[in-house]
Amino acid sequence: MHEPVKFHFNVDGENFSSAGEASVMVKKKLRQLGFPPDVMRRVSIAMYEGEINMVIHADGGSADVTVEDEYIEIVLADKGPGIPNIDLAMQEGYSTARDNIRALGFGAGMGLPNMKKYTDYMHIDTEVGVGTTITMRVNI
Amino acid sequence: MNGKQLLETLELKTVCGSVESFDGVYAGDLLSRAMSHVEADNLWITIMNNMNVIAVASLTEAAAVLLAEGVELVPEALEAAKEKDICVLSSDKTVYELCAGIAAMLN
Repeated sequence: MHEPVKFHFNVDGENFSSAGEASVMVKKKLRQLGFPPDVMRRVSIAMYEGEINMVIHADGGSADVTVEDEYIEIVLADKGPGIPNIDLAMQEGYSTARDNIRALGFGAGMGLPNMKKYTDYMHIDTEVGVGTTITMRVNI
Repeated sequence: MNGKQLLETLELKTVCGSVESFDGVYAGDLLSRAMSHVEADNLWITIMNNMNVIAVASLTEAAAVLLAEGVELVPEALEAAKEKDICVLSSDKTVYELCAGIAAMLN
């Protein structure tokens, strides 16, 4: 049993250009810790999608990554508008991103589905007008 | 596939970095799609030119990004590509022409 390794990032909602920086950083750290490419890829895809979602929809938030013995946990928390209909949001292709966001290459409606696809566990805790916290785990 | 052969055959320009070789190709512009389909060492062909392209290329460990249709990276994306040591190539050809050209090389 090791002491869990933890990383914390603030995701800047103002800055679209730096979106994805936390995911790149986490991938680098996981590589240093010796994780296999498949685990690094799954964690970084799921985290990148979550990070982008927080920038697009919630004016930023926070990302906490914990490396446990059996899994890597990613917790993304924001104080954004919340998700009114999770079933709809989970459908591939469904997106509420505005046109200016789509012009950047986002808004494919693949964010949440990708997060689900690439993780072994995902839980969405959301309340309209209060915010959203998404917990994901990738088994090691 | 050999990077030098690719550059010469399709008359590509090197924007930054270098590519010795690549293994497989993905063509597409929606970043979430690219994020889940670009494999390590792939050549990624796109017409997107913003910072987030560099983040996706970095996360997926693409061998190189090939910008089609004469698209140029925005300055801050070029800076990021240099800083992250991401190879970026460009061409005036369309995505289809580039894909067809590579397919012809493979055959």
